This record gives sequence, C-alpha cells and structure tokens, in this order.
Amino acid sequence: MTDLYTSQRAMRNMRRAAMQRGVIAILDVGTSKIACLILRFDGPDRLREQDGVGPMAGQSQFRVIGAATTRSRGVRFGEIAVMNETERAIRTAVQAAQKMANVRVDHVIACFSGAAPRSYGLAGELELQDSVVTEQDVSRVLASCDVPDLGQGREVLHAQPVNFALDHRSGLGDPRGQIGHRLACDMHLLSVDGDVVQNLLYCIKRCDLELAGIASSAYVSGISSLVEDEQELGAACIDMGGGATGLSIFIKKHMIYADSVRMGGDHVTSDISKGLQIPMAVAERIKTRHGGLYATGMDDREMIDIGGDSGDWEKDRRQISRTELIGIMRPRVEEILEEVRATLDAAGFDSLPSQQIVLTGGGSQIPGLDGLATRILGQRVRLGRPLRVQGLPQAATGAAFASAVGLCLFAAHPQDEWWDFEIPAERYPARSLRRAVKWFKDNW
Amino acid sequence: MQPLTALRAHPRRPTLRRDPAPSKWAYRLQRWMLTPYVRLFLRTGLPTLVLVGGVGIWFSHEPNRLALIAQLTHLRQEFEARPEFRVSLARVEGASPELAEAVRARLALPLPMSSFDIDLVAARERIEALDAVQRADLRVRSGGVLQVTITEREPVAIWRNEAGLTLVDKEGHRVAGLRSRADRSDLPLVAGEGADRAMPEALALFDAAGPLLQRIRGLVRVGERRWDLVLDRDQRVLLPETNPVQALERLLALDHAQDIMNRDVLTVDLRSDHRPTLRLTPNALAELRRAQGIETVENEL
Repeated sequence: MTDLYTSQRAMRNMRRAAMQRGVIAILDVGTSKIACLILRFDGPDRLREQDGVGPMAGQSQFRVIGAATTRSRGVRFGEIAVMNETERAIRTAVQAAQKMANVRVDHVIACFSGAAPRSYGLAGELELQDSVVTEQDVSRVLASCDVPDLGQGREVLHAQPVNFALDHRSGLGDPRGQIGHRLACDMHLLSVDGDVVQNLLYCIKRCDLELAGIASSAYVSGISSLVEDEQELGAACIDMGGGATGLSIFIKKHMIYADSVRMGGDHVTSDISKGLQIPMAVAERIKTRHGGLYATGMDDREMIDIGGDSGDWEKDRRQISRTELIGIMRPRVEEILEEVRATLDAAGFDSLPSQQIVLTGGGSQIPGLDGLATRILGQRVRLGRPLRVQGLPQAATGAAFASAVGLCLFAAHPQDEWWDFEIPAERYPARSLRRAVKWFKDNW
Repeated sequence: MQPLTALRAHPRRPTLRRDPAPSKWAYRLQRWMLTPYVRLFLRTGLPTLVLVGGVGIWFSHEPNRLALIAQLTHLRQEFEARPEFRVSLARVEGASPELAEAVRARLALPLPMSSFDIDLVAARERIEALDAVQRADLRVRSGGVLQVTITEREPVAIWRNEAGLTLVDKEGHRVAGLRSRADRSDLPLVAGEGADRAMPEALALFDAAGPLLQRIRGLVRVGERRWDLVLDRDQRVLLPETNPVQALERLLALDHAQDIMNRDVLTVDLRSDHRPTLRLTPNALAELRRAQGIETVENEL
C-alpha cells in the first residue's frame, strides 16, 4: 500500500505543479464519449472584488478555455478494452481541446466509471499521548484504521476521512488543536481494479501526458450535480453513463458510498439494434431522436423510418411506431433502475435522513425517465445538471458532462485524502533522517 | 417521363466517420508547436534569424560590400552637389578694403563649391590668424553666399620697439606695422620692452594725464615693470610700479597747485609714495644754490 501512497502523493504534487503553471486538462474517459476540458487557473478569487460573487465552490479560480469531445472507441463498461483505439480517441479529444485553447497541456486529471468500485467504511481510534490533538495524532489515527482485505489486484482510489470523533463528540471536521483523550476517525475507502487504472495510466502516458490525479466518475458527478444542501443532508447521485451507471451517496459533504452498475445507455442501444435488426449507429440515432419511456396513444401513429442499406426494398423501407421503440427501451431502463435500487438498498440508503436521488449523466436525458425513476427509486427523484462553470461551452453544459464538470471542481478543490496527511513518524523507515529529527524534537 | 429512381427523401444515412484521430506524429507536432518557447521562437526568433542571416551572407561577399559603399558614396555626392547647397560667393563685411582683400586671400576657397565641403572652422582659424582681425564669423547664408563678418582690431597706440613702429590695440595685440610716426600722429606712443603687455595700464595713464596730454611725448616701459612718462623739454616723470595712475593724479594736483611742471625741472620721481623727488636742471640748481649762498666748486671731476 505504500507504493500507492507514494504514487498518489506524486500525483498530488503534479497537480500542484500544474496549478502553478496555470493549465491543466480534464479527461473524462467514458464508454460513449471522451471529453477533454482545459482549465486555466487565474489565481484565487479574481472575481471577488468586482461583482460580489462569492467563492462559488472554488470555481471562480478557474476558467474553461478549451473543450472537446469525441466518440469513444475501445472502452467497454467504463473500462479500457482496446488500448490503442482508446489512445487514439484520447489523442483526438486532447488535440481538439488544445487547438481550441491554443495552449499545450502536460498534466491531465482523469476519471472513469468502471473497474468495479467497492466501498469500505473504516474506523480507527487512538489514545492521545497528551490531551491536545496534533497533526501527527491525526495521521496516527488514520494509520490505525485496519484496512480490510481488498482482494487480489485491487487498489485504493479514494480514501477520505469522513468523520472525526473526540471522546464523545462526533462529527468533527477538523480535530486539530482540540482537547480530549480518545481520537477516533471514520474513513471511506473506495477500491477499484488495479489493472484498469494501470491501463488508463498507460494510455495517458502513450499520449505524452502526465496523470496529475485520478477519480471515480460516480464521485465527481456527485460533486457537480448535487447542490450543497443535498450533499449536506444526504443524497444519492446516479450517473447514467454509456456503459456503466455510477452511484454515489453523499452526506455531510462527504462521499460515504460509491458503486457502479455495469449497465447503461449502450445496452439500451444494443437492445434496439438487436430488436429492430439495425446497425448500432442507427439505433443510437433513433434512441436519441425518438426514444422515450411512456407510450401514449399518439405514439402509435408516429412512425419512424429505420431504413437499412441492404438494397432490399422491403428491408430498407421498414418503419416502426414509437410505441414499439418505447417497448424495447423501457424494460432495459427499468432493469438498470432496479439494479440501482438493489445497490442502494444494500448500501443502507433507507436509513439516511434525507433520501434525495439525483439522476444525471447522458442516460438521464431519456424523456420520461424521472417518472419511471420515481416509481422504482422513491418519490424524491430529480434530474440533475452539472454546476455551471465559467467558460464552459453551451454544448457541454448538459447532463452528459456531469462528471467532466465535477472533475473540474475536484481539480480546483480536492478533498483531503488519506495520503494528503503526513506519514506518522513511527512509520518511517528505521534509519530515516526525519525519524532522527523527530527523536530530537521529542527529547530536547 | 418519370425518372427510374424514386423521388423519396432518403433518411440521412448516419455514416460513422472512420476514426478522426490524428496520427501520433501529427499529435506530437501540434503539441510541440504549442510549446511556449517554440511559439516565441517562431514569432520573433526565426524572422530575426532569417533577416540577420540573409544580410550577413550578402555582406560577407566582398564585391557586394564595395558596391554598396560606392552606391552610398555616389548618393551622398549627388546630394551634396545639388545647386541648393552650392556656395558661389564670399562676402566680407566689417573690414576695410585692404583688410577685406587680405581676408579673401586668406580664405582661399575655390568657389563655387558645395557647402558640405567647406570647413568653416578651419577657414575661421585662418582668418583669425590675421593680426588685424579680432573676430571672424563665417556663415553660409541662403542664396549660396558665404558671409564673413569681421571685427577689426582698433589701433589705440603706437609701440616703438627694436623692429620699428607697430600699431597695437587696447590689449596690446599687434594690428599692423607703421612706416613713420607721422602717419598716425593722433595715436600716443609707447616704447620699451614689454610695453605691449601693459597696454591697458598705459591707456589708463594717458586717460589720466589730462592737462599734461599736450606735452606728452610718450610712455617708456622701464625694466618691464614700471612706466616713465616722457614730456617735451626732456622732462621725465618716473611713475611707481604700483598704482601709477594715482601717482600721476597726485602729480597733477601738485602741478595744479604749484605749477611744478612749468618750472626748470628735469625729472619728477614719484616712485616713493612718501615724497616726490625733483631733479632740477644744472642751471636751475646753480641758481638755487647761489640764492641760498652756497658756493660750489666745480672741478673737472
């Protein structure tokens, strides 16, 4: 786990260096599209004096100066399946965004939705040596969390301290300097398949870019599409992507659970393609142009040309009614939502004080999804769109860009993770100089 | 006639474009071109380099260099030879005709010539080397006229020295030679070694002489330090080294009171502040002694 710790730290340093240079790229590697945004950091709070805009969740710091999307190739279920195809897609997106921004970017922050994320709640506690909590004590209590067996080849993607408790007071955000005897902490740990991360890393390296951070897309789309009170009171964000549907639960502005369902909009498309015997591209177009979830009487009369390129007149002049299309789409969407429901139940979402559910991602744009989701997931469902970010093109403000926008916010204001804290002095190698310094500090 | 193909609006066939990805090298080239240093170099460095390099290569070829220099020289000459800059006349002002002739001769410019070729400073030095010229102003005026304005030296005295007679101005500078004293009988005469250097003092003495002026023959510089005022009837006033003008004024006062200078006095010695010393003529002296009853024996010695 130490190598992960060091690699994450290296990424964090790289992010800081990129912010110093002022330009960083955001890469959302999805199943249906790859989005690249280029951010320019103008230094803190440029807007604040002139028009009384508040910190705005930290997004007044940066501005989107380049944006590009491309059709994703070689990605399945949010994981990279064909390396060089994906590499070419990433290159396309990055090049177009660079061209728009007219700057060269070297650092990139990436997110992906697949890799079977698994959440763990960790708890640790510690008797304080002296009664004041110091930074070393925080590090020590984080270190005292016993890490569960993650499984073969799995790596930690996020490890965020969610809560600190001092004696009998819980819910502390920052316990440093407070007085008590026993310090306890809760940590949320998200593990993913290491191979997927390695593949992504390799692809990005092949594009001459350096990875300055990595995040789960369920988490970042939660950041962008849940409003502040939803994050505070408890809400679930469901990011319906192309190949996977991400799920993240927030409370007290911390993610406490994330998971993904390995089904998404591409499955709906493939259902249409199989059911109507048409190519995937045509199916995708029909889905986005005419798709829906609730059939009305008028839909029986709305006929859709599905065409074909066979040369056979009968086959090429086929038409279906919209009702038929809805009849194909609806079971699959229902299945996805059922899966999400099951996952939420398994996570104990019922016991949260507020059970707001926010649907976002490209799949949430199916007309009538909110009605269907209300029937399956509960009454408090809304469709979410990502936060508005300075300089973002109009075309990239839709729900499909929730995770890209969230990644921007994540880049500007990353949450403290486990590796951002100092290593407790006891964990240093025995002959380390810092350990010697520590000994001197303690004894002199 | 109907066309064989049905006139039916084809549903736009969604053709998936084959992978628009840039090749690896195109991608790298674009990134390289976006690098700030490269951009800066391409915008400023490269044009400068090309320019400097081209000019340098052209200049490194000897005939090119010579041709350029020849061209520049030719242009310059052509410009200088324009009639606007031609000086065809020298006009001398403020000088007597003889002096003007001398100035023209000294100027020695082969007119007409271009005003760029005239070395005004050297010409001025040449003209000012003439004794009679105190100051010369040379100016090229419009219409191609070289105007020489001369300030002549004004002779105020005649200096007699070993070489002969010389006219000097009030600073003692030589103005011209003089053949005979009678040519300029209006000017006072000074004589002796170094008289020219003490000319201001001499002039002050002449000014102060007043009633004696009619009788003055001249001033003689003695030992390059003091003046003798020589009057007619071989009278001589020996003036002190310091404050000669005051001494002379005292003598005049004395003369006014006692009419000394009309008496039979050979020399008035004013070199001592305390008393003037008189030297009588031998006749007067003998007469005086006789009046005082002093018998003198005159022998051969």
